[in-house]
Amino acid sequence: MNGVTRPQSPDGVLRLAVIGAGPAGMEGAVRAADGAVAVTVIDAGPAAGGQFHRQPSPLLHALPPASQARLPSWSPSWLPSPALAPHRAGRGWAALKSRFDRHVAAGRVRHLADHHVWFAERAGGGFRVHALVGPAQQSSIRVDADALLLATGAYERVLPFPGWTLPGVVTAGGAQAMLKGSLVLPGREVVVAGTGPLLLPVAAGLAEAGAVVKALIESADMRALLRPAPALAAAANPGKLAEAAGYAARLAQYRIPVRSRHVVVAAHGGERVEAVTVAALDALGHVLPGSQQRISCDSLAIGHGLLPHLGLALTLGARVEDEPAPAVVVDGEQRTCVPALWAAGEASGVGGAALAQVEGEIAGRSVAAWSRGPRRAWQDEDHARSPAWTSAERRRGRRREFFAALDAVYARDVTWAERVDDDTTICRCEEVRAGAIRRVLRDDAASDPRTVKLLTRAGMGWCQGRMCAPAVAGLLAERSAARERGGAEGGGAPGPSALVSSRPFARPVPLGVLATLPPDEEEGTDEQP
Amino acid sequence: MLIRLRFGGTPRRPAAARPGTAFALSVDGERIEALPGHTIAAALWRAGIVSWRRTRGEARPRGVFCGIGVCFDCLVTVNGRPNQRACLVPARPGDAVDTRAGTGLGGDET
Repeated sequence: MNGVTRPQSPDGVLRLAVIGAGPAGMEGAVRAADGAVAVTVIDAGPAAGGQFHRQPSPLLHALPPASQARLPSWSPSWLPSPALAPHRAGRGWAALKSRFDRHVAAGRVRHLADHHVWFAERAGGGFRVHALVGPAQQSSIRVDADALLLATGAYERVLPFPGWTLPGVVTAGGAQAMLKGSLVLPGREVVVAGTGPLLLPVAAGLAEAGAVVKALIESADMRALLRPAPALAAAANPGKLAEAAGYAARLAQYRIPVRSRHVVVAAHGGERVEAVTVAALDALGHVLPGSQQRISCDSLAIGHGLLPHLGLALTLGARVEDEPAPAVVVDGEQRTCVPALWAAGEASGVGGAALAQVEGEIAGRSVAAWSRGPRRAWQDEDHARSPAWTSAERRRGRRREFFAALDAVYARDVTWAERVDDDTTICRCEEVRAGAIRRVLRDDAASDPRTVKLLTRAGMGWCQGRMCAPAVAGLLAERSAARERGGAEGGGAPGPSALVSSRPFARPVPLGVLATLPPDEEEGTDEQP
Repeated sequence: MLIRLRFGGTPRRPAAARPGTAFALSVDGERIEALPGHTIAAALWRAGIVSWRRTRGEARPRGVFCGIGVCFDCLVTVNGRPNQRACLVPARPGDAVDTRAGTGLGGDET
């Protein structure tokens, strides 16, 4: 950041573009606007809130039922919605929304809902953001800004298994999003499976909506959650652990059988899922022979944790790390290594809605401080003296520690690849099977995700590698381990970000939109009225 | 191509909502009902339809997977426009959803 002159719009007001209107983006926008920055929030959702605060469509006139699932504050921030829950998080959301709405009403924050960002570039000392408009996505607009905050959130990681492409197999968060946003269920008899804190509220929510949850299959040892390790207990306040324990009670209330240290090894069916086979894991994470059991169901909600959206950050040249978890690298004020580019929320490391919001607060205040003069930082202004900084930094630290301790309970599934036969589809878009990928790895034709993509088409489809990147990384790790066992140097397998990197566009763009862009790129006006 | 569940896809206890009047849209010419505020995917799920696309390589059935617009598995033709993400596009009265055209290959618009 040092040495960079703050760009200035003609009227002297710093323009900030925020991508994403979840907890991080909203709080960042509010704090920047508090500091007299002109903010434009660009978000794909029809309303502000992001995935965590997903609202049922207002047209459905949903009422808050007293029995609505209470979401823990450590829920992943893309987990749809405590909006219906009359509790702490609900009040926090109301306050955030009201502060956000006030700025929008006053014209200090411009909220572009239903705008899908497909490209961001450096331009004229600042940034230019391009977004497709509305569900039709027939036209594109551009937003010019002096500073940019990436609050792009996360999506669900799913590790493939035989049958995972069958209709009725949906991501756990997707099932919850459809339920909360539109009040519909994928089926009547649901198995919830995978790993991570998301599964508990998803199972409870589906049961509450009337689905029969046949089983909750968690590969981690859930006793570690209910009888928390010292690190978790130390990092948490008692209320949070009570929330976790509350879930045990709710699962019991709906008679949901919970199987910890179990995995779904296959989904069965012709035209849709009709059953799943689950199996127990031994102490080392291998399937216990003879433990397989078939459970009939008409849908499977599955998830293995969250992955942040990193595409725009990579395009803009921000440093991204894969270990310990995929994230944009930021400093204490949520600044990336790219001048005038901030990142907050899941983008700078998955950690839940509460963490995302305080990161947004820090980023927004940092932008505001920067707007007051070049080379200024919030910390420089009032770091040591300011209770605001001390408080924000403390809250962020606590929430990061808590999520790290929680995450440790849900240890990584290191034995996943051995449960994937060569017939298993890895890339859903291009229908590339594990065998095809293993072949190019075995022949040493490829040793990185990009070459795998070029040789097999895995990651080349519509989703731009987002769905298959973790699996491709897992197969690379499998090959690397085999080479090490064979005496060769394994070399660290590259992480999933390698598959989504170096893409100019963040999402598929109709050719018609590109063809109609005039040479001066005046896609459309983004001038304020 | 349409796969219907034995049961409808509406929560058994939708008492939490007072949706507006249901409206009709068509799926391959067949009438289904949707509620105001539904996406195309939600309307299909509510009608018990979980699959509405065949993959272009192996002709496998697909429907909603991620539910939030990331995976592009739920692509469908709406009112003649191919490759719309059913989980994002709002359902409107009179919409014509066509599952037979959806190969994922796309038409001239993509």
